[in-house]
Formats: sequence, structure tokens, C-alpha cells
Amino acid sequence: MAKRIDVSGLTAYYGSHKAIDDISMTVEPRSVTAFIGPSGCGKSTFLRTLNRMHEVTPGGRVEGKVMLDDENLYGKDVDPVAVRRTVGMVFQRPNPFPTMSIFDNVAAGLRLNGSYKKNQLAEVVERSLKGANLWNEVKDRLNKPGSGLSGGQQQRLCIARAIAVEPDVLLMDEPCSALDPISTLAIEDLISELKERFTIVIVTHNMQQAARVSDRTAFFNLAAVGQPGKLVEIDETERIFSNPSVQATEDYISGRFG
Amino acid sequence: MAITTDNAPAPPVAGKPGATSTGRAGDKIFLGLSQGSGILLLVIMASIAVFLTYRASLALAENEGNFLTTFDWNPAGDPPVFGIAVLLFGTIVSSIIAMVIAVPIAVGIALFISHYAPRRLAAPLAYVVDLLAAVPSIIYGIWGALFLVPYLEGLNSWLDEFLGWTYIFEKTEVGVARSLFTVGILLAIMILPIVTSVSREVFLQVPRMNEEAALALGATRWEVIRLSVLPFGRSGVISASMLGLGRALGETMAVATVLSPSFVISLHLLNPGGGTFAQNIAAKFDEANELGRDALIASGLVLFVLTLLVNGAARLIIARRKEYSGANA
Repeated sequence: MAKRIDVSGLTAYYGSHKAIDDISMTVEPRSVTAFIGPSGCGKSTFLRTLNRMHEVTPGGRVEGKVMLDDENLYGKDVDPVAVRRTVGMVFQRPNPFPTMSIFDNVAAGLRLNGSYKKNQLAEVVERSLKGANLWNEVKDRLNKPGSGLSGGQQQRLCIARAIAVEPDVLLMDEPCSALDPISTLAIEDLISELKERFTIVIVTHNMQQAARVSDRTAFFNLAAVGQPGKLVEIDETERIFSNPSVQATEDYISGRFG
Repeated sequence: MAITTDNAPAPPVAGKPGATSTGRAGDKIFLGLSQGSGILLLVIMASIAVFLTYRASLALAENEGNFLTTFDWNPAGDPPVFGIAVLLFGTIVSSIIAMVIAVPIAVGIALFISHYAPRRLAAPLAYVVDLLAAVPSIIYGIWGALFLVPYLEGLNSWLDEFLGWTYIFEKTEVGVARSLFTVGILLAIMILPIVTSVSREVFLQVPRMNEEAALALGATRWEVIRLSVLPFGRSGVISASMLGLGRALGETMAVATVLSPSFVISLHLLNPGGGTFAQNIAAKFDEANELGRDALIASGLVLFVLTLLVNGAARLIIARRKEYSGANA
């Protein structure tokens, strides 16, 4: 059910401050697209416009178009709540519902959607936890609180929660930045498996990670602090890291700034 | 405990203040003042407890009735007979009515202020609710007696007619609405601000990422509240309610002004009559003889213990809350 994202002329504001300016790009289905760039370049803001989480922030608004296959996410009659049910998100820090059990965490999205049968629920939870490579670690304690797991396990629990509702797209906002290297590796392996089924967009500060997991990489930059972030270029990851077409990209990748 | 690390020699802030006094005059004076106030507080608490217990024991020695089960208050009689059954019942019932009415409304207002109202409206609204707490209780009492009592007649007969079958809303005695039910409504209004403002603070503390977790799953605003805000705030709401309960139990002037006291226990809440600890003390203290005052003090001791227990329970819940609110810290 993976879908193609087609962004054209997208500008996002926080109040009167323009955070990103006129971004257009295409994200291919069943692939991983990485967003890299220095802090404040708007890559997280851009990610959040892809499931309309940006407008949850007071003053947040957007101009432009985001097409998910042939549906405009910012169309007049589109309900942002419905958008978020088809475009899932995983955050920087693991955020399982602290008072809920592991099972309830994974089932939360299904219960929101309302249409499920009880035996079906258990099946989906198992499938999602297996999909997130967490099943073997938690199958004996599904009714224990999700907050009792380690950081890396919590993050995989959040991924399981996100994929349980079978979204078309999975957005990941620096999903490994709060994790140790072993847990990071587990998540990266998971991402390569998940791209068989979902369109994945990942924001990362770790350029090696972008090189390891992504098929295509987008480099964002800003002219100066306080200026809006812009898309510099998007290309095959291999090309971005070996022979980018813009000098700024090469400077950033080779560590000359950022 | 986090200790700031400067390059300069560590100032003696950590650990027991007494052990690290530098001998400077300012330190000594401040140490003395703060220690003194702490000790003073304990002395005041202890002397209240001792005073209440001593005077109560004098009265209890003279009491010819059972202090816990007697439905009468006649310490001046011969033999002297008095008991707290009616007062305990009235205090607890009126407070429960107040809680049942106030807590849902307070949680609603708190959620509205913290999660629904636009910012321009939220701050003034919060201020108005806090202002309710600044109204003196005698004003509530006068308002209750002159406004609430007559205007509740209509509600009372409606409840009697349609919910009379529940027994508690059956009105079997004629008379104005100087009942425990009216007292409960008045107490509900009086505890609304404290419950609201504590709940609001807790709801505002819900970590952003907990709410975003629900939002990203496609939760509506109400679902975000149900999935993230209420579970996080639950223990805070409980302790806020306990604080409100503590106030309702001890409220004196408002209750004394509204209630028409009588020494009966009745679950017909709309019937006039009943009594509470604080109201009974306020009504009888001036005319009471020596033994009468001691008897009232004995009832005051029970209220003191009751309030202490409620506050202790609130503290326990607040302390327990730390365990799971920091789940993702």
C-alpha cells in the first residue's frame, strides 16, 4: 500500500516566521528517503508537514501542495486526523503511552479507528510486533507496561504501534538519536525490512546512517540563522555521497561545515 | 542530587547546613531563622494535637452515651450525653455530594483551559476560577442562604418527582432547602477553584511527546485527551480532589449559615436538617458550658484526624505519581 509523495511549492510558517521555503520533491514508494542538513534547516519541519503535524504547533501553517498518489493532503475537505491515520510517524525520543501495556500500545491506533474484532486485534498486535522485530523479546510480557522496556525496545514498540494501522507512509524523525549503537543497528535493519512494504522518510543527523539506510538523500540548508530552510538537492544516496551536483552538499558531507 | 561544578572551591551548599556553616554572621542568622521557623511549625502542630486530645479526654470521661453512636448532643444534660454519629454522617455526606458535583466540572474546566480554549481566553478564565477561591466563606454562606436555598426549591421538587424512587432524592419533610444536598452544592462551588487549578497545572505538564504520540496515530483532540492527558493527569486529579475534600470537610461558616441543624441521620438528602462537625462547633461553642466546650473539642479532634487522613492520602498519591510520570525521562 506504499504510496508516492509528490510535494510542490511547499512553504511552512511558524506565525510570521517562514521556516521552510518553496520545497518541491518526489518521494518514491517502497524506498527510504533520508533528509540531512545542519540544525535549523527545516528538515524536521518539512517532515512534519507530510502528515500535517506541523499545524499542531500554535501558529503553524503551510502553503503549497503535498500529493499522496492522487490525493492532496492539504485539500479543502481533507481532515488532518484522517491524514495522520495514513501517514504514520516515529519520533526522536521513544514515546510509548506510559500507562499502557505493550499490547495496548500497539493496539491503540486500531482502537482509535474503531473497526476491528477482538481476535483480529491480537493477530495484528503479533504481526506488528514481529514486523518491528520485537515479538520474541516481549511475547511473554504483553500486559506489562511499555515504559518498562529499554530505550531501543521502546522505539521498536513505537514503530510497531505506527505500522499496526497499515499506513501508506512512515515518517521517522531522528529515530535513533536517543539510542545506543546496538539499538541503532536494530532499528536500521528494521528500516531496510520495512521499506518492502512502506514508503519511508527519515530525518537524521548521522550522515553514515543516511548512507547506510537510504536509497535517496535530500540535503537541506539555510542561508543564515533566522532564514528559512531550503532544499538544496535530492538525488540517489550514492551520488550525494560521492559526487553531489552542488558544492554546499559536498562541503557539508565532507565535514567542512554543519 | 545535582551539584553545580564550578572551578572555584565548592561552596558549602550540599549536605546538612549545620555541618557546613562558615561562621559568617549572615549564614548564622539565616540558619537560625529557617531552623526556628521549622521547629515552630512542629511545636504549633504538636500543641494543637495535645490541646485537643487533653480537652477531649476530659469530656469523654464525663460522657454517659456512646461517643461514636449517639444521635444526640446534650453535654449540659443530666447525665451528659453526646455523640458524633450525626455529625460524622453529615460531614461525609455533604463532602461526597460536593465531590461528585465539583470534580467532573473542575476536570472539564481544567481541560478546557489547558487544551481547548484559545490562549487569549484561557488566561482570563483561569484567573476568574482562581478568583472564586478568594471569596470569603461567609459570603458564600450568605449567598447560599439568600439565593441558593430559595432557588433550589424548584430543583428539589423536580428531583423529588422524577428521581424520588432512588430514595436519596425523595423529599419526605416539608421545609425550605436547608438540607445536606444544598450544603453539598455550595461546598462544590467552594472547592471548584482548588480542584480546577491543581488539575489544570497537571494537564499542562503532560509532555508534548506523549500528546504527539496520540496525534500521530490519527487521534482527534478528545482522543488525545483520553489516550495521553487523562492517564498522565489521573493521579494529579485524585490528589487535587483530596485537597478539595479536605476543604469541604472543614468548611464552617458557609455550612452554618445554610443548614438548619437537627440531630437526625437521613439518607433523604433533600430533607432539611443534619449537621457537620465544623457547623456544630460554630453553632454551639458560644453558649456551651465547660463540659460542652470540651465535648465540642472532642468532635473537633475527630475532624482534625479525618482531615489529616485525607491530606495524608493525597500526599501518598502525589508521591506515588513520581514513579510512572517519569517513564520516558
